[in-house]
Amino acid sequence: MRITFEQKNNISLQMKSLIKILVVAVVFVAVSCNKSTAPNYQFMPNMYESVGYETYGEAAFKDGLEAQLPAEGSVARGHIPFDIENSTEGYALAKETVMSPLDSTQVDLNRGKELYDIYCGICHGGKGDGQGNLVKREKILGIPSYDDAGRAITAGSIYHTIYYGKNAMGSYANQLQEEERWQVVSYVLQLKADLEN
Amino acid sequence: MRKVIHRKLSRNFLRLSLIVLLAFTSSLSAQEGDAAKGKSLFNANCAACHQLDKKMTGPALRHVETRLADAEGLDRDWLHSWIRNSSGMIKSGDSYANKVYNEYGGAAMTAFPQLSDEDINNILAYTAEEKKAAPVPAAGVGPAAAAGASDGISNELILGALAILFMLLAIGLYLVNKTLRRFADAQNIELDTETGGTPLWKAFLQNQFLMIVVTIFFLLTSAYFAFGYMMQVGVDQGYQPVQPIHFSHKIHAGDNGIDCKYCHSSARVSKTSGIPSLNVCMNCHKSVYEYNGETTAEHSKEFYDGEIQKLYKAAGWSDADQKYTGESSPVKWVRIHNLPDFAYFNHSQHVTVAGVECQTCHGPVQEMEVVYQHAPLTMGWCVNCHRDTDVDVKDNAYYEKIHAELSKKYGVETLTAAEMGGLECGKCHY
Repeated sequence: MRITFEQKNNISLQMKSLIKILVVAVVFVAVSCNKSTAPNYQFMPNMYESVGYETYGEAAFKDGLEAQLPAEGSVARGHIPFDIENSTEGYALAKETVMSPLDSTQVDLNRGKELYDIYCGICHGGKGDGQGNLVKREKILGIPSYDDAGRAITAGSIYHTIYYGKNAMGSYANQLQEEERWQVVSYVLQLKADLEN
Repeated sequence: MRKVIHRKLSRNFLRLSLIVLLAFTSSLSAQEGDAAKGKSLFNANCAACHQLDKKMTGPALRHVETRLADAEGLDRDWLHSWIRNSSGMIKSGDSYANKVYNEYGGAAMTAFPQLSDEDINNILAYTAEEKKAAPVPAAGVGPAAAAGASDGISNELILGALAILFMLLAIGLYLVNKTLRRFADAQNIELDTETGGTPLWKAFLQNQFLMIVVTIFFLLTSAYFAFGYMMQVGVDQGYQPVQPIHFSHKIHAGDNGIDCKYCHSSARVSKTSGIPSLNVCMNCHKSVYEYNGETTAEHSKEFYDGEIQKLYKAAGWSDADQKYTGESSPVKWVRIHNLPDFAYFNHSQHVTVAGVECQTCHGPVQEMEVVYQHAPLTMGWCVNCHRDTDVDVKDNAYYEKIHAELSKKYGVETLTAAEMGGLECGKCHY
């Protein structure tokens, strides 16, 4: 009798320790499941998630994108279309005929420099000598200096190049607005003059 | 007198021999060219459009001279005049010049009148060099990778050993317990399992004061944990999703030092800090088609090159033809920082007007291989910053009028965002 009672006691003791172990295991699993690759729970998601389309989100258009191109031929308010086409002839035409619409009071070289340092300086260098950080690190090579005689850049050719890109350089029309492009053009001409002196 | 004549003669002879020697050496170098000088000239003048082994805006140039001589029967003089004035040659009706011009879509090669004969010969000497064998990859990567792997193994080993140790300890204790009981059994010693009097838990239940204290303590702790849990609902601090293309901000913004606003250009001018469209990636990755920087065991060169190929596929860029195929597919980036719909936040207001650094809210992104959410983006976090930050009103036309009015009203020279109305409910919730 006594032995069976002891055995019973033993079993209940073992059960208790088993429960303890289980609790510890559950806590461990709960902690380790807290993944950072999934977003957290939300309280009342209706208030968090927009009913309207979110920028860059998905939408019920044909290609499923919220970001759509403007209708062909439409001109946004305040934007003036650039008529010269993206070709070698267009480049030559722009080089000779296009002038900056900014007069001397509108040119803001500080802003031009600010924008130049963000978008152009990384390759063309802070001085416009073609020695930007990416060139120094040999990621992109062959960036010409602005005072290159064979290219002889003008305001029109700079604008055309920013607008459409040239050779390996891509277009910056979507990163810079029209007025900003002309500010950069003014600053590049300033750099060119500095290099030539 | 005689002596003087003699001296003049010898001097003339020396001069003549020097000239002959110079002429000889210069003609020698004109034929051969200095490949080292050619390399720096090539990188400065040609590499924008040409690579040695890969078609870019212009054709690949390795062995261009022998290739032209064999295939077209054109000599070095043709190359000289092409490099100096390619458009002139096209106009003059040279057949091969027109063929190349049309093959590359009418992209005219820039004229290089400033390059001397010697410069061009140096460049041609560089293009005539044989391709160097690819460096043995094991040399640089091997030890680092092995070290990384051994590090991981040693950690796992230690943990495994510890687990085994604890298991052995548990088994040992159990066995000792068992044998002791058997001894006690054998020697007929009664084990003292049942203590006399009330058991501990009964005594505990009977002590009312202790019960109340324990209940209060239990309620307080659970309230603490429940509060902590509920406060983090909807807070995604540390959220680090896997993106469809592994874009390393560490390489782009950190190592290469590209400005945040180069890619996220609309942060300057709009509410949203834009995800760059793929043409912004292609601005550089038309030229950068492989990764040559530091690698780790997890992210090898092959891994990064594969990610660039993913970009080409999404943008519809054929690297072999250097052309867009027109078959593009949008990349489904996973949004990390997302404010709830009922809170208004405008990037341009903070970036352009206030001049706040991106890192103030987004953390050290330039050090992140994979971006995570650095700040909690809760209302308390916004409000704290608005209370603490002195607005930089100097040389900022946006603030001239309000600064003059408010500094008079509050009698202070510096203003925080809160004092300018940065705590008004309607500024962010409407």
